[in-house]
Amino acid sequence: MTDMKIGAYVCQGCGLGERLDTKALTMVAQKEGKAHVVREHEFLCNSQGVAMIQKDIDEGVNRVVIGACSRRAKAEAFTFENVAVARVNLREQVIWSQPPTDEARELTQEMAADYIRMGCAEAKKIVAPTPNAAHGTNKRILVVGGGVTGMTAALESARAGYEVLLVEKAPALGGYMASLYKRVPSREPFADPQPTDIEALVAAVSKDPKITVHLNSRTTRTSGAPGQFSVDITAESGPTRTENVGAIVMATGFTPYDASRLPEFGYGKSPNILDQAGLEALARSAAAKGEPMRRPSDGKEVQSVAFIQCAGQRDASGTHLKYCSGHCCNTSMKQAMYFKAQNPNIDTAIIYTDLRTPGNGEDFYRSAQTKGVIFTKGKVQSVAVNGDGSASVHFHDLILDDKAAVMKDVDLVVLATGQVPNSGVNIDIPPDATDVPVTEAGKVQSVSVLNLTYRQGPDVPQLKYGFTDSHFICFPYETRRTGIYTAGPVRRPMDITQAVEDATGAALKAIQAVENAGLGRAAHPRSGDLSFPTFRREGCTQCKRCTVECPFGAIDEDEQRYPQFNEGRCRRCGTCMGACPVRVISFENYSVDSVGSQIKAVDVPDEFSEKPRILLLACENDAYPALDMAGVSGHTSSAFVRTIPVRCLGSVNMIWITDALNSGYDGVMLMGCKHGDDYQCHFVKGSELASYRMSKIDDTLQNLNLEKDRVRVLEVAISDIARVPQFINEYAEKIQEIGMSPFKGF
Amino acid sequence: MSDLNTSMVEQYRNNFLKEVEANVEGGTWVKMCMQCGVCSGSCPLGPAWEHPPQELFMMIRAGKREEVLKSESMWMCTSCYNCIVRCPRELPITHIMHGLANYAHRLGLAPKMNPTRRFAKMFWNNLVKSGRVNEIELSVGLYFMDGFKTGVARAWAMKDIGLGMLKTGRLNPFGFLTHKGCKDKRGIHRMLKKAREIEDRRKGLAA
Repeated sequence: MTDMKIGAYVCQGCGLGERLDTKALTMVAQKEGKAHVVREHEFLCNSQGVAMIQKDIDEGVNRVVIGACSRRAKAEAFTFENVAVARVNLREQVIWSQPPTDEARELTQEMAADYIRMGCAEAKKIVAPTPNAAHGTNKRILVVGGGVTGMTAALESARAGYEVLLVEKAPALGGYMASLYKRVPSREPFADPQPTDIEALVAAVSKDPKITVHLNSRTTRTSGAPGQFSVDITAESGPTRTENVGAIVMATGFTPYDASRLPEFGYGKSPNILDQAGLEALARSAAAKGEPMRRPSDGKEVQSVAFIQCAGQRDASGTHLKYCSGHCCNTSMKQAMYFKAQNPNIDTAIIYTDLRTPGNGEDFYRSAQTKGVIFTKGKVQSVAVNGDGSASVHFHDLILDDKAAVMKDVDLVVLATGQVPNSGVNIDIPPDATDVPVTEAGKVQSVSVLNLTYRQGPDVPQLKYGFTDSHFICFPYETRRTGIYTAGPVRRPMDITQAVEDATGAALKAIQAVENAGLGRAAHPRSGDLSFPTFRREGCTQCKRCTVECPFGAIDEDEQRYPQFNEGRCRRCGTCMGACPVRVISFENYSVDSVGSQIKAVDVPDEFSEKPRILLLACENDAYPALDMAGVSGHTSSAFVRTIPVRCLGSVNMIWITDALNSGYDGVMLMGCKHGDDYQCHFVKGSELASYRMSKIDDTLQNLNLEKDRVRVLEVAISDIARVPQFINEYAEKIQEIGMSPFKGF
Repeated sequence: MSDLNTSMVEQYRNNFLKEVEANVEGGTWVKMCMQCGVCSGSCPLGPAWEHPPQELFMMIRAGKREEVLKSESMWMCTSCYNCIVRCPRELPITHIMHGLANYAHRLGLAPKMNPTRRFAKMFWNNLVKSGRVNEIELSVGLYFMDGFKTGVARAWAMKDIGLGMLKTGRLNPFGFLTHKGCKDKRGIHRMLKKAREIEDRRKGLAA
């Protein structure tokens, strides 16, 4: 925009009028902020106030500075079409964070004036974002996997009115569930195994006019972005067809952990030692013949069964799966009931270390006990196969502390081996790595599921133990590939009931993704954001840091090796902007410049004023709301701090810190989310990358001949309402202790 | 009754559990124990038990027949009902303890010198004789059951309570001589005999 016209408005409501000299603030905006129009209003967010601003906009104002409450409040009132708005937080983080005393008045006013300067500086550097012109509008949903999860996701999407493509690699729909004799009950009174009803589900999917099913097929190439994915679907020894879809639900399920890795439990030494899948097959074939279940070795009618829980699971030694698969206790109870239904006198014993019965499993557990299933708390050491085909289970009885406990003459032993996710290739493990533990799914699986053409690898990144989750606290179904959602046991270990719930959730996520993409808007978590990153091509050095560090794989490379932004895949966190060493990446309303000019707009008093200045870059997801709420709760904090919200600590460019220190700030604080294994970053890697980058700040400080404590990085959570002001005050004291920066006045 | 006590110990089979279910009062509840240990933790005498209730239930399931029936543990129960109140699975644990003790006693496996068992027998005989408990006879019998010397010591230790009971007319000092039974002593005896027959028949213990 060529003729910039700034309108600055200062609200007098919510006590602002009493605590601040709003007249003086408008003068600051006019003289220093170069605002063309300045106004005070006693109640800016009411209809008159908003109408006043709108009238100015109609008369030519195209940048608006609102000096009122936090940007987190009254967002609707202060949104104007095609006008960039800079919000100045005078309420929560100025008057509510300062004591309401006469002595504090001067510093409070100085604080407010600085924020007005910052708001005006920001307003000059931002424009109202316009939707991404290259957005895709395809609303079809691709579901990969035709098990209970995939079929549920397909049906739910179809019922919501969306076309669905369902790809299944097997010749028939049904997945693992189709191999079950019966399922753990999903209905009251949760007492008996229940028919799976999988045939009804398959029939519903097959006859749904909105669902197209491709059997015997795989997704052999996936490219594009939400709203415009292009997918190759290749039939086994058949043709490849290319289809366009808007979003993808990956429901590839699990594979039972390979029981042949458990020779100590006799698997492979006798056909009478089965895994849970093997027992389902036995029960199905017996039921089909209308016969009782017999020992596979000699056809003897089964008289006693032992179930070994956590076989190759929850293993601390690192040999087997480290985790609990969640469904196996209920499954073993269900299978024990198969026998009790056949003949109540069959001995069924479940040997467990900790019985875990999620959902309504507690009722099911009680029912199993009532039916006479015996539960023995113990750790199985070995299973010996006897000459007559029976087995002896040797275990450590943990209640009686009997290390030599033994269950003799057992006809069948069933191993509860757990779930290994069908995640595809682990893109974090180099293809030529040799020392990867077998329990990492990446090593187990070398065949890609989605065959993404993304620069970052052919499959969705894995979070833990090979499961393709991305944010374990807040955002289920989200992966780190925008528009691709995972559901069912590929996301985390789970049973059928949970998988159905998961499928529904993921379908809803996929629908949100295609709808947002259709409007050129960001998907979760900045849902609805229209801004997207662009880069100045002539300044780019092709260092590739943005393409490598993007947590969502949104950036590819073009033929000339320049970054190629896929706006549809972008989550707008700005991690690329923080990474760029030549600072060529920016958003329309958030850039190195828009924050940098705010930093420089602050009035830094001279060395002898005893008024230090501390810059606080606060993550807008957790730290900034915590600061707001600290003000709401009446916690006061140092008046020397100037806070700028950032989209994520990952978007913090180092230049901001060096600029701040160079222009005389006495300290810089960064507040972001927890990183590491149990991270809370909304953008997964943002806070981690920031902390890595900041670990290199010491060199910069040394070059500037400054103390280490001039920069402090803190992890805060949204609930740290009382701690956040404490952190600020502690740091302000620390700065007082170190003394003023020698860089003032240059 | 020794023929009843044919050992069928087979480890970790339902056999002993089935025996308990069929013969012990509250025995059908044993399988419902989920091994949380709240009963053991709640028992005021817990530390004194060799096998707290949770462990007894596991031993029953594990077929440890001799160990359970010969155990002193269930004889430790004072019927405070703490375990029943707290059991999340609502097992009548106190009743099962008494049921186990009673069953062990009937089988002749209960520890012969267990003081609870001896006192219980003494109490029963005292009561049945006249249809009414004779306090002085019962307490003297209890104090002196391990011989004269310990008897004197025990009686001496309890003398204040004894004197208090005398003063308030709660203890008849001439009870040895003037003890009166209930009105229809023979009726009581007939009733008890019949009850015994019914129970024996129910438990399959009739001679």
